[in-house]
Order: sequence, then C-alpha cells, then structure tokens
Amino acid sequence: MIVAKRKPFEEIKNMLKDYKKVLNVGCGTCVAVCLAGGEKEVDVLTAELDMARKLDNNPVELGKTTVERQCDREYLEALDSMVEDYDALLSMACGAGIQFLAERYPDKPVFPAVDTSFIGVNQDVGWYEERCRSCSSCVLGMTGGICPVTMCAKGLYNGPCGGTNNGSCEIHQDQPCAWYMIYERLSKQGRLDSIMEVVPPQDWQNQTPRTVIQPGYKKPEKD
Amino acid sequence: MELKSGSNLEKVLTAGHFAFTGELGPPRGANGEEVKEKAAHLKGMVDAVNITDNQTAMVRMSSWAASLILLQEGLEPNFQMVCRDRNRLAMQADILGAYAHGIKNMLCLSGDHQQFGDHPQSLGVFDIDSMQLIAMVKKMRDEGQFLSGAELHGVPKMFIGAAANPFAEPFEWRVHRLAKKINAGVDFIQTQCIYNMEKFREWVKRANDMGLTEKVHILAGVTPMKSVGMARYMQKKVPGMDVPEDVIKRLQGAGKGKVADEGIKFACEQIEEFKEMKGVDGVHLMAIEWEHKVPEIAERAGVLPRPEVD
Repeated sequence: MIVAKRKPFEEIKNMLKDYKKVLNVGCGTCVAVCLAGGEKEVDVLTAELDMARKLDNNPVELGKTTVERQCDREYLEALDSMVEDYDALLSMACGAGIQFLAERYPDKPVFPAVDTSFIGVNQDVGWYEERCRSCSSCVLGMTGGICPVTMCAKGLYNGPCGGTNNGSCEIHQDQPCAWYMIYERLSKQGRLDSIMEVVPPQDWQNQTPRTVIQPGYKKPEKD
Repeated sequence: MELKSGSNLEKVLTAGHFAFTGELGPPRGANGEEVKEKAAHLKGMVDAVNITDNQTAMVRMSSWAASLILLQEGLEPNFQMVCRDRNRLAMQADILGAYAHGIKNMLCLSGDHQQFGDHPQSLGVFDIDSMQLIAMVKKMRDEGQFLSGAELHGVPKMFIGAAANPFAEPFEWRVHRLAKKINAGVDFIQTQCIYNMEKFREWVKRANDMGLTEKVHILAGVTPMKSVGMARYMQKKVPGMDVPEDVIKRLQGAGKGKVADEGIKFACEQIEEFKEMKGVDGVHLMAIEWEHKVPEIAERAGVLPRPEVD
C-alpha cells in the first residue's frame, strides 16, 4: 500500500490560516489502513483545527468527509455538490489523491495534510516499512525477492559494495545490507547463478510521468 | 605487446614489475598549491597516484582538476570516479575531458554514501554502479562507443581500475564479485586496506584457484597506522574494515612515541609478504594525510627506485 504520514499540525494550520470555510477530505483506502488519512484521522484533525482556530481568534467553518478512494473519479463525484460551499479543500489522501482532487476542482485551493512516504508493508499496527520504488522494471526474480533499488542505500544492481558491515548497511547498523540478504537467500535456494552475470545499466523509466494502459483497453479518443 | 592505455602504471605491470601506487586527497578548497605540496612527496616514489573523488562524501577539489595539477607536476594520476555524484552523461563527459588532458588511468567506484559526508541532504545519483561504470569505460575504449551505442570521435584509452574489499561480508561472495568486475572489463584492482593478513591470503588463494589473478593485476592496499586511536577508529567506525585485535595489541606494545614507527614497520612487513605472494602484482599505499612519510615508507619497504619502462 501507499504509506503516508500526517504533516505537523502547525504546518497544516498555517496553510489554512486565510480560509474561513474548509472541507477536510479523507481517503478510505491506503492512508486509512496506515492510520494517516482515513475517517478517524479526519475526525481528529478537524477537531484539532477547530479548537486551534478558536484559540487563535480566527474561527473556521469546517466540513469533513471521507471518500472510498480519492484516486478514483467514481468516488470523487460524491463531493461535487459539497465543494462549492467551501473556499478551500484539505486532503488527507496520498499525493495522487490530492492531485486528483485538485484536478477535479481547479478553482478551489487544495492543501495536503499528509506527506506521502512510500510503497510499503504493514509490519505491525502503526509500523510500516518501504519495499518498492515503483521503478517500472522489476528485478525481484533475479534478486531472491529482495529489491536492491529500494533496500540498498545506493540502489546497486551489482552489489554488495565494500561497505557491508557484518550484514548491515554502511549507513546504519540497524539497516540490513540488501545485497547481503540477497546473497544469503539465493545461496540457501541454490540460485547464486542468477547474480553471477553483470547487470547492465538500468533503463530508467521513472524520469517522466508514466501511464499504464492494460491490454484490451485504450484511452478515450479526443474530440 | 600492445598496451591498452600506455599509462606508466600499465607499462610497469605489463613488464612484470611489482607496482607501487600512492594516494592523494584533494584539498577542501581552491588552493592548488596544497596538491603540489603533497605531490612533491610522492614524486619518484610511486608509479601512479590515486586522486580521490569527494572521498567520504566530503566536497573537495574535483578529482580530474587535481589530476591535472599532478600531470603538470610530472606525476601520473589515477583518476578516481564515484557513481554517487554524477549520472552517465556527466561521467562520460568527464572521462573524455580527463583523457583529452592526458589522464590515462581511472578507478571506478560506487562511492561512500552521501549520508557520511558534509552534505547528507544531497541526492545520491547512482545512475549506474561501479560494475556498470567499468563496462562503460571499456565500451568507450574498446568499442569506441558511448554507453548509448553512438560512435565516439576520439577514444579515451584508459587503463581501467576498480576496488575490491576482501573482508566485507559475505566473504564467500567477494571473490565472485571480483570475477564480475573482471568480466565487466577491469584491468587492475586496488584492495581495501589490509590488516587481516590471514583473510587476505585466503581471498587471494581463492582468486588464484579460480584463475582470476591471471586476468587482472591485483594491488594490495596498505595503510600504515599512525596511532592506536586511528587503529581503533578503523576497527570500530569504518564500514567494511577488518582490523584484528592483535594488530592493535602490537601497536599498543610499541610504547610511547613509537607507535607510528611500529605502524610503518608492520606495513613494510606486509609489503615484503605481498612481493612474494602469488597473485599479487603490487601495492597501493594509502598514507592518509601522511604523504610526507611516503619516501621513508618506500625506502624501508625496498620498492625504490621505481622502474622506468619505455
């Protein structure tokens, strides 16, 4: 899932200080699961803002709602009738959701309430770790299911570097060396052959905005 | 025999001499005189001098610029290039420029992570890694092509070097990684500083057994210890460094005021062993901020005078 972290309260408050009617829009998918921007977090942030603005003698009229997915038009549609009553929108969705919201209501200022962090896994309640950089050319088959692009601090395709420290990465004792883990796993599986050849330079595909159109589908033709 | 680059280092190694290379860290400022002062200590003492590239991720005078000063001073540089600070466009551009100015050796490295240095907020580039850099330089030299495949007008004839760390985990993999670097096209290897001789002997033995040392020149890395504090620091703080406890005990046993001399003595004993070691073709002396000691070390290690090969 996409993992996000709520922005510091002061930063959010400051972005909104000149607006008197704000709608806080949560998202019920990834950011709800990682406890950053779902219905519960919308309730908490809205209450905090309400109280803080009263204390600042700058009261604000706040609305709140949470849609199933802000990255999906079908769900955004439900907001159409509400948005016109507000002079700004606050989004607790990931960066994609925030942008889709802003795109739908181009006349409304839209502000982010979270910092979108990474594509990651749920280690435990409230504990998430990055696993994927969405590079568009997955090498996990070669590397024993451990991503060198994400998990190696240098993103090496032909690791490990000389900084491996008893299985840790040179940047920190607590960070395992991705290539040490790759070696160990492939060694146990008897698959070291898969990393014997030099991997050629990457054809980076994440340098311009990417589009995916699945087989059998196409973009609607322009008028 | 036809040479790949015609560099002095290549000539010395190809002629079968025991090579001896040094190292020089460019200054943290624009003062070229500092490079000249350090270079003066190394002149005539070594076959080539590694010029580090923003070592430990601290900004310094650029490696190619300091290499040019070295050339002007009549020494041969070994131009180091890390993958951390440049993408493939900048790397190829610098390789062409460096060669145009007479630089004929280069060392291809990943580079220390930017988090160690004085700009930990910076973006680490790592567009390509050290293995891919080796292959790129080889492609430019041997195929006359850019990485993209486009034709080069004027080919950089570089003698291609890389590093190897025989000590970092997983040990079993290290010799295979050396094999990968050879397959990528490396001509010579300079190793991480060696203190654990037993482990190094084992690594070289494995490289010999796999026939790797016939395909690449290995220069053993030596850094004399200046103090017990330095030895401890390297043991505890420098990733991938293996300093056995008995080396530290030996330095401690040297007594007050004699530790540095004991460090040099240990380095000279290592060099004596490397001269006889099958699969080792030379020594890379990294006298860190101790360039003025190089003449003494070279003398005591019995590597003078340096050969002159036409």
